[in-house]
Amino acid sequence: MTTDFIEPTIDWAHLAPIIAVLGAGVLGVLVEAFVPARSRRVVQLVVTALGIAAALTAVVVLWPGVQESGGVRIVGGTVLVDPFALAVQAILLVLGIFSLLLFADRSSGDDAFAPAAAAVPGSAYEDLARAQGVRQTEAFPLLLFSLGGMMIFASTSNLLMMFVALEVLSLPLYVLSALARRRRLLSQEAGFKYFLLGAFASAIFLFGVALMYGATASVDLAEIRMSIARGDETAVGGLLMVGLIMVIVGILFKVGAAPFHVWVPDVYQGAPTPVSAFMAACTKAAAFGALVRIVVVVAPTLGIQSAALAQGFEVALWIVAILSMLVGTLVAIPQTDMKRMLGYSAIAHTGFILVGVVGLFLSADIRGFSGLGVRSTLFYLLAYGVATLGAFAAITLVRETTAAPVLTTTAGAGAEGGTAELGGEERKEDVRESTPILGEATHMAQWAGLGRRSPWLAAAYSLFLLSLAGIPLTGGFIAKYTSFQAGIASGATWLAVIGVLTSVVAVFFYVRIIVLFYFTTPDEESTDHAPVKVLGMGGPAGVTVVVCAAAVIFLGVFPSPVLDLVAQAAKFVP
Amino acid sequence: MTDFPWLTTLVLVPAVGALVVLALGRTAARSRVREMALAISLVEVGVLFGALTQFDTGQSQVHQLAETHAWIPQLGTSWALGADGVSMLLVALAVGLVPLVIGAAWRENLPTDGSKGLGHTGTYLVLILLLEAFMVTVFVARDVFLFYVVFEAMLIPVYFMIGGFGTGAQRRFAAVKFLIFSLAGGLIMLAAVIALYVNGPGGERGFLIDELTGYLAQNPMGTSTERLIFLGFFIAFAIKAPIVPVHTWLPDAAQAAPAGTSALLVGVLDKVGTFGMLALCLPLFPTASVWAAPVIVVLAVVSIIYGALLAIGQSDLMRLIAYTSVSHFGFIVLGIFSFTSLSISGSSLYMLNHGISTGALFLLAGFLIARHPERSQRIADYGGLQKVAPVLAGTFLVAGLSALSLPGLSTFVSEIMVLLGTFATSRSAALFAVVAVVLAALYVLMTYQRVFTGKVPDELAATPDLSGRERWVVAPLLAGLVILGVYPAPALDMVREPAQTTMTAIGVVDAAPADDLATAGEGSDS
Repeated sequence: MTTDFIEPTIDWAHLAPIIAVLGAGVLGVLVEAFVPARSRRVVQLVVTALGIAAALTAVVVLWPGVQESGGVRIVGGTVLVDPFALAVQAILLVLGIFSLLLFADRSSGDDAFAPAAAAVPGSAYEDLARAQGVRQTEAFPLLLFSLGGMMIFASTSNLLMMFVALEVLSLPLYVLSALARRRRLLSQEAGFKYFLLGAFASAIFLFGVALMYGATASVDLAEIRMSIARGDETAVGGLLMVGLIMVIVGILFKVGAAPFHVWVPDVYQGAPTPVSAFMAACTKAAAFGALVRIVVVVAPTLGIQSAALAQGFEVALWIVAILSMLVGTLVAIPQTDMKRMLGYSAIAHTGFILVGVVGLFLSADIRGFSGLGVRSTLFYLLAYGVATLGAFAAITLVRETTAAPVLTTTAGAGAEGGTAELGGEERKEDVRESTPILGEATHMAQWAGLGRRSPWLAAAYSLFLLSLAGIPLTGGFIAKYTSFQAGIASGATWLAVIGVLTSVVAVFFYVRIIVLFYFTTPDEESTDHAPVKVLGMGGPAGVTVVVCAAAVIFLGVFPSPVLDLVAQAAKFVP
Repeated sequence: MTDFPWLTTLVLVPAVGALVVLALGRTAARSRVREMALAISLVEVGVLFGALTQFDTGQSQVHQLAETHAWIPQLGTSWALGADGVSMLLVALAVGLVPLVIGAAWRENLPTDGSKGLGHTGTYLVLILLLEAFMVTVFVARDVFLFYVVFEAMLIPVYFMIGGFGTGAQRRFAAVKFLIFSLAGGLIMLAAVIALYVNGPGGERGFLIDELTGYLAQNPMGTSTERLIFLGFFIAFAIKAPIVPVHTWLPDAAQAAPAGTSALLVGVLDKVGTFGMLALCLPLFPTASVWAAPVIVVLAVVSIIYGALLAIGQSDLMRLIAYTSVSHFGFIVLGIFSFTSLSISGSSLYMLNHGISTGALFLLAGFLIARHPERSQRIADYGGLQKVAPVLAGTFLVAGLSALSLPGLSTFVSEIMVLLGTFATSRSAALFAVVAVVLAALYVLMTYQRVFTGKVPDELAATPDLSGRERWVVAPLLAGLVILGVYPAPALDMVREPAQTTMTAIGVVDAAPADDLATAGEGSDS
């Protein structure tokens, strides 16, 4: 077994996207150390943006060649650059750009991150840091490291490499989750909870890798597959199965599938909103990338050797998908916090994507996998990512503000009666102009009447909700359609029917919010909450909202080009 | 001009018009949004006449003015349009009603909320135009996916039209109920649509109805598969139509929505349900349709009688009209699933006539309610209005008589065709359905009596009669009822051949007595 160390030849060109992102991250750390505080933020922004842009360019440049060759294994076989990996990377980078815009947003005058993350919440030190206007810009390199980890996660068939990538993507997220400027205790709790549960899940993943190594003497999926194909006694036994399931559990934790979802609502609610958005969109994409690769590489061979094992595998995914759809939609109904509701919605969508993943199994031809399943998963990740990023971006623009007792009466007078005259409306705004902008108004009651207060933001948010609900002419509909189509085409009709029925439940809680926007006046809701100020759409967050809204419509009306691209991505390095 | 894309133009005029109104609503032209919306809807009527001149009535069973362009080839769906006689009639109904609804909303004091920009009325008109584009598309779609997309997407404008512009505290509840009911049906249909594609020819044109029918005739699906897919479609259409027991959303929606919305919703939109049964269920799933017909006929008869009985018991005018429609939709469904060429062509015609009749009723009821100082919808709050507002009373009576299918009005023609056609295949169903004719007389005449005769309440003593604008709105509808009642031949020409084609598709031949009745019925009609 022991051999001399062989120096791997590294194909730098194919590694370029990952290197660009991680390199920019390292550069960001140096910026943090050497650039004066005054200009640090700008430099960090430029470095991060350039890193992501360079990576995206590299992906585009690599695409035709990789498309032709079908993909290569590089770095001693630990990293794969195949069409599927590049497609996931492209999705991650596009969604990463939107995340970056949210990270950089200062529409409220401040960014979303604590001035001194190490300070005890409410301490004098924290007040001092805030008063002095200290800004932390570590969030940008952390974003890049996490993004780099995600890109590797979906681009490797080596389970150890996958584990390393998992940690690289997770650790920055744990830190980022705890960095919120407002409601710091909630944020720190979220970070801590995420860290504990995440570490637990990583341990399960690692143990699964060890078991699979025990069964097949390899940590590479390709070799594991060969071992199964040869019919090695241990390879088709229970050891491999247990290991495989533990690995899958580790990944399902990251995508937030029930019953491994308990962290999702808490963390989405507590983390700074840009981080929640980044997690919802990108972590999900990366982890589904890894899941699809494992299923595609292992399941067909498993099916040849032992149909029972493959079937057991498929049934396990069925159960997780059904549970996710049920838990996500049913528990979302009573939620009153916007971010928490989006958390449960994320769980539900995990279930819908899993219908497409189950669609990878071809019951008719057990030797292959279904291109429909790959297509649906990738398209869904993009459509869901855009809609959910837009929704979180909109949340960052609806802020609480303080109102002194005198001001409260003015606001009350303006809101009285059904016919608030224009004069009262303007006077109210004037009063609020002088008040400070605080944290996000995440309680749903605070959003009542948004349709009148800021029609464009309300329209965009409604569009995101309609897309998440899967209404035709939005990206979410095509996504849901392809996902259920993959399921039905592979014989999982009843799974798709359950998906359809839970979609009806989901419509209910998404539409409830639209009712709140347009058919409810603020005075109809309880006034226990702080008054709300809606920020202008001129900042990066506003741009994100607009671009995401355009993307949602484009994906819904003219999905052909994107569908073509993701269909071409259904190629894997053997 | 034969290559001119008439149908796409019919879709685009209101769609682009909605955007124009939306854009101009933010400029100085804001005070003219009503004129703009009306002009757009009249241009649409002009386009419709253009399309009708190109339509060959002698070939009304063929889908004419056809256009097919790839839309999302990866999913097998195309922008495929084409209209046969039935589609053309329903498109004409939709296009004709919209200007009238806009006219009816002209001075409607829609609840204002001091919002800036387009304003309440402007938004309402934008939604109406958007809805018009969807309505036209859904009736001429020749691609199942396209049909489905529009079927679902049109819920959104209606949802806002009920929830945002309705009256009463129940409007939010009614809007959500409407949306949830419709989407529940729609999403079940989504599963069926996907399953249909999977079982169909597939490929880039796998959703074209013509390709699907051709393929399925050669390669039939398994019996249970076909039945399940049929049910997926049928449930969605039954909710939309609506028939008992999934009708409960309609009275709530009609009660809460503004009169114009109800006119479009019940008059045109709900026809998508019955149109879907006729244009999709029967040709695509002939065997399953025949299999399910007995149960559906029973449900239809229950709808007819139950709707009529409930209508008699209503105290709210809008709810009453909604329940009469439940009864009438029962007739349409009964006619479709009785499988005689007479009853199917009768049902097709019924869709048009019911649209005119209900549209007129809802709009007139809206005018009536607008005259009440508290905008009360309770029938008991009115009385004796025929003395102070004779034209309103007279027009309401004519519209009401059309709901009870008085001979001489167009609804009589279609109702008698459905009943005679049904009699040939299912005597008992026809006999039960006839009971509803008596019940209809009860609910119409009793309502007229309570609202327009007797003593005038003090607060209504100075009720103004129909204004010139309101008369212009109602006149075309009443004219349509009378003209098509006396001379139904042009409309009959549009539905007779398509009915034959449907019969061929499901492979049923008219029972021998039906032929006699058919000639007898047509003889007495024309």
